[in-house]
Amino acid sequence: MASLSRSILALIGGAAAGLVLAGTASAEQKELVIGDQCDRTGPTQIVGTVLCPAMQDYYKLVNSKGGVDGWTIRGDEIDNGYKVPEGIEAYERQKQMGVVMMTLYGTPQTVALNQRLEQDHMPTTSPGFGIAAAADGTRYPYLFPIAATYWSQGAAAVQFAKEKLGGSLKGKKIAYVYYDNPAGKEPIVILNELKDREGFELRTFAVPPPGVEMGAQILDIAQRYKPDFVIAHLFGRSPSVAIKGLKGAGYPLSHVVGLVWASAEDDIKAAGGFGVAEGYYTMQFAGAGDDYPVRQEIKALYKKEGKEPPKEMANTVIYNRGLLQAAVQVEAIKNALKISGGKKPTGEQVKAGLEQIHDFTLGGLVPPLQITATDHEGGGWVRIFQVHGGKFVPATDWMHGYRDVVQKAVKSSE
Amino acid sequence: MFHREAGVFKTSYAADMALYPLPIARWTVAALAGLFIVVVPLFLSDYLVSILNLILIAIVGALGLNILVGYTGQISIGHGAFMSVGAYTAAHLVVSLGLPFWITIPAGGLLAAAIGTVVGIPSLRIKGIYLAIATLAAQLIIEWTINHVQWISGGVQASIEFPRPSVFGVPLVHERQIYLFLLAFVVLALVATLNLVRSRIGRAFIAIRDQDIAAEIIGINIFRYKLYAFAISSFYAGVAGALESYYLGIANYEQFQIDISIDYLAMVIIGGLGSVLGSVLGAIFVTLLPIATRWFLTSFGGFIFSYTDLLSVVPNLRLILFGGLIIFFLVVEPEGLNRLWRNIRNYFRIWPFSY
Repeated sequence: MASLSRSILALIGGAAAGLVLAGTASAEQKELVIGDQCDRTGPTQIVGTVLCPAMQDYYKLVNSKGGVDGWTIRGDEIDNGYKVPEGIEAYERQKQMGVVMMTLYGTPQTVALNQRLEQDHMPTTSPGFGIAAAADGTRYPYLFPIAATYWSQGAAAVQFAKEKLGGSLKGKKIAYVYYDNPAGKEPIVILNELKDREGFELRTFAVPPPGVEMGAQILDIAQRYKPDFVIAHLFGRSPSVAIKGLKGAGYPLSHVVGLVWASAEDDIKAAGGFGVAEGYYTMQFAGAGDDYPVRQEIKALYKKEGKEPPKEMANTVIYNRGLLQAAVQVEAIKNALKISGGKKPTGEQVKAGLEQIHDFTLGGLVPPLQITATDHEGGGWVRIFQVHGGKFVPATDWMHGYRDVVQKAVKSSE
Repeated sequence: MFHREAGVFKTSYAADMALYPLPIARWTVAALAGLFIVVVPLFLSDYLVSILNLILIAIVGALGLNILVGYTGQISIGHGAFMSVGAYTAAHLVVSLGLPFWITIPAGGLLAAAIGTVVGIPSLRIKGIYLAIATLAAQLIIEWTINHVQWISGGVQASIEFPRPSVFGVPLVHERQIYLFLLAFVVLALVATLNLVRSRIGRAFIAIRDQDIAAEIIGINIFRYKLYAFAISSFYAGVAGALESYYLGIANYEQFQIDISIDYLAMVIIGGLGSVLGSVLGAIFVTLLPIATRWFLTSFGGFIFSYTDLLSVVPNLRLILFGGLIIFFLVVEPEGLNRLWRNIRNYFRIWPFSY
């Protein structure tokens, strides 16, 4: 008994010593910490389990090239399990750590932390999450959606439908099928506005959570309403159900575009594979596929360590979004270090760094973002890919549509 | 608490009913008050105070649920929805009328109480697991209503932003200021609950819980008291929801979905049904456990895993540990943390001369 307790004591002592050593070692290096919230467990883990490792891989790549101006980058990651209290705790913890910037995960968490960001001057990106009005940098000075908001996505989807249907939407019918939660309903404002301008007919079809049962909506769309184009804004398991259902009901998938969370390899696979989904259009805010230099560099990095590239890389859509998030962070820090003259940048300086991001494409993976002090969305760029021959093939270049309508919605959302 | 009660004899009913059964209890309460009002805000870091704030909000909600589930024996899975009612009420009153918190928070509680009373009506006919399903329906109906009725939700995003509360014209922006603000409400809630459960109403609740037919026979109006229980419980929930919204500066129903109702139910079950201290312990336990397990795993997991492996291991291991610890504590003491605490206390009461 005595020896057992002694060995436990020794273990604890050793652990404590190890912690102290680790602390001093990292203090000697010049290290900048980025606070990432992530979701490897919880309802949206299907995204998080790929997105979070991608961000870590990118930091590793940056550090393997010597970091940013002599600073190494460390991404401190906390899993919030898509819960608000844990998101708040994670935020406060990372703030205490002295992180230079953060990335949040989840719309409720972003909404809940919004006021603190401003109060603490904590520049924060929320790609694909949170409030669409946060694109307005004057109203939300420290929140950066960077990726296209749901409003921009809705506008771009209409623009795309217009191109596909021969340049005019007059008299055409568009069906909007959406997950029945605030995020799902967000684009409706834009669609209604465009309906009057372009003269098309719009009908909305709500899918109640969890969205795995939509037989009625599918039949309504395919047999009764018979739209010329379908815009699908679904999350989780529901995109695959929609693809399968529309295919089964005989609706041509080449007249369906899924917004960004209905667009990953896993959705296609769950719908029965690329063969089934042939023709389906997906909207992306980061380039899909494997043909980007940065992905090859990461593979080479793993090879040098004698390891296989991680299996997460096979899910190119989500993995590349993780790369985009991390790349924008690192680019912002690079800009901020120029402003701060090589010292650890303050919140204001990182904010300024983010607002200088332009012409940063990472070999085509990142859209032609143009983040400014007023536009924190960076232009609302998306790119449409089509499921074709077993992979995603670009169907358009980087595009955005009806910016005036989106801007108006941003301004009027007081 | 740790008292030795030798030489204290109760000679009147008033003494038996007293809030402080022993003179020394006053000193304990005074010491705790000093600790939480003076020492905590002075010496703890912002991070730790922010965790305390989350716990304080949870305590108010858990106390309310314990009145319903623990004291009256009516199970409810709609607590989160009542919190959202309080949150949106407060938000609307602040945004459209600019009312101060001392009106909006009770108003949020009152509207939640009104809706809770309506939801409680089926409790006269249905019991146990059936009532649980009825309250689950209430949770879903309220969520759906907020999501779809725009004059309640304030727009498609279903979020209403409003400023943090201000006391005497000073806006409470720092964690420590909010901490004292929340602490005041927790003290109010604690004192109110302690007094409620030893009053006529509280005893009627307990009688209904223990045997409702017997309670009816001795003259308790079951219908009325069950609705009281629902109303009071929902009032606490509404206040907790309004407090959380003030803390975050936004009302958003996605923060009060069904998993939150389950969390609160877990708090009162783990803490101890029918006990005020149990609600507090349960709120602390359920809020702190995920934080503590993560802290433990990230601190000591580094000896076994590399950093990148650790990142994927910790969240999953944490869920396993979380579930495992809850089972462990319930197996060790099915009556909850409150009973565990009492067992420890009783052991030390006669220590070292135990028999």
